[in-house]
Amino acid sequence: KQWYQRRVAITAGSLGVVTDGVKHSMNPFDENAIEEAVRMKQKKIVKEIVVASCGPSQSQETIRTALAMGADRGIHVEVPAGTDADLQPLAVAKIFSKLVEKEKPDLVILGKQAIDDDANQTTQLLAGMLDWPQGTMASVVNAADGRLTITREIDGGLEDISVSLPAVISADLRLNEPRYATLPNIMKAKKKKIEKMTPENLGVDITPRLKILNVVDPPVRQAGEKVPDVSTLMEKLKEKGHL
Amino acid sequence: KQWYQRRVAITAGVTAASKLGGPVHALVAGDACQEAAAAAAKIPGIEKVFVAESDSLKGQIAEAVSAVLLDVQSKNNYSHILANGTVFGKNILPRLGAKLDVAPISDIVEVKSENTFVRTIYAGNAVQTLESVDPVKLITVRGTAFEAAADEGGSAATEAVEVVVNNDKSKWLEAKLSKSDRPELASASIVISGGRGLKNGENFEMLYTLADKMGAAVGASRAAVDAGYVPSDLQVGQTGKMIAPDLYIAVGISGAIQHLAGMKDSKTIVAINKDGEAPIFQVSDYGLVDDLFKAVPEMINSIDG
Repeated sequence: KQWYQRRVAITAGSLGVVTDGVKHSMNPFDENAIEEAVRMKQKKIVKEIVVASCGPSQSQETIRTALAMGADRGIHVEVPAGTDADLQPLAVAKIFSKLVEKEKPDLVILGKQAIDDDANQTTQLLAGMLDWPQGTMASVVNAADGRLTITREIDGGLEDISVSLPAVISADLRLNEPRYATLPNIMKAKKKKIEKMTPENLGVDITPRLKILNVVDPPVRQAGEKVPDVSTLMEKLKEKGHL
Repeated sequence: KQWYQRRVAITAGVTAASKLGGPVHALVAGDACQEAAAAAAKIPGIEKVFVAESDSLKGQIAEAVSAVLLDVQSKNNYSHILANGTVFGKNILPRLGAKLDVAPISDIVEVKSENTFVRTIYAGNAVQTLESVDPVKLITVRGTAFEAAADEGGSAATEAVEVVVNNDKSKWLEAKLSKSDRPELASASIVISGGRGLKNGENFEMLYTLADKMGAAVGASRAAVDAGYVPSDLQVGQTGKMIAPDLYIAVGISGAIQHLAGMKDSKTIVAINKDGEAPIFQVSDYGLVDDLFKAVPEMINSIDG
């Protein structure tokens, strides 16, 4: 999925957000996902990294970035620009499950959530479809004997789980520090293969189940006052009944 | 019929469920559920509490809980299944969505009708109203957007669920939970939050001291967590906890959009930062431009006791 980096502007007709002319970059959690895969390859836990992205033609740039970070080849599932905003997690998970059928990976790593729709669902959906174990919000992943031990960031702290392979995990921000692609690797990435296909090729119906009725600006919070010192602050808080 | 899935104490999700009309049932799942089940049964508005208690559900591991959910759903055919928009709810409900082939709806802030809901996108910078055409609605609920349900007055019947789970793929090992006598961050009425301005973990001690004097919880910005000053469960923001306390005091926090997403619904916001241009002052009700290392000890001293 793509990351829209800019203040958002609501379109007239209120059905979406203006994305023309907005620079698209990789979703930060996806960077963590790719970085983890590259580290696993460096540790020889993993032999090949395939990176997949669903979206309009700009998705190819994101795939090239992943290839420059160290992925081996890419798959671009193309969805026409303009309709890509309708691409919802259930459809994305179905596309990925078809890719999994094709490629037969031992591990799928996704980013925890896309910072445009903030859904945090695709990993769980994919794991459910495949009936594979899931490790979401992963901040540490260790591999041994065909299993993964995963530390997850949960509501009250951390928890450890163990899952068998194949599995689906979602990367949290603290899983690793993603590398910058170096220029030589960017050049090498241009020669790596990106296979193109469509949801139709995969037999996936991507019709959205959730119909967006409208999108509006949130209520704007007004700035209040500045106070000159702590004692004034505490007075104000007392007046308001907080103390 | 709606079905509300809980793990522990009182949540606002029951309120969301009750807005849909129709009877509300709850499911409590885990390896030791009796206390949670008893608490759930006392929430007004809940008619029945299913209790799924088994070692296979230890740690509420997603593969096992979703199997139990699927089983109960197949026998009862609920129209809506809700869970809190916490890591727990978000981890489990979409897995069930795959099994039922329905699109989960994450983190709603309003129920407009039985098939129309409101949620935010782009870190809270846009508000989206959507309609689901699926026969079963799977919904996670943002706790701060609904009134907390009362914890007394209800008298639901409890019913044990036979748990037959074949999960050889995942195992819950252990939890390392932050131990604290302070109020829970997600539901505290006062939160004192620290950012990168604190410079290190030791400096957070003064926030803990202030919090104890005010009966507050302590939170943090992502920057402070990334830098290792505090554990990750203190993180407030787009990718951490979304909270809305009565009073939020942001100390040494610049106010990045992603942080604001997690706290801008607080009733009163106070900001303390030595940079008068910090974006946090655009949302604060009271802004103090000062050195936090001077201001926070002053605040501590000004409170008796």
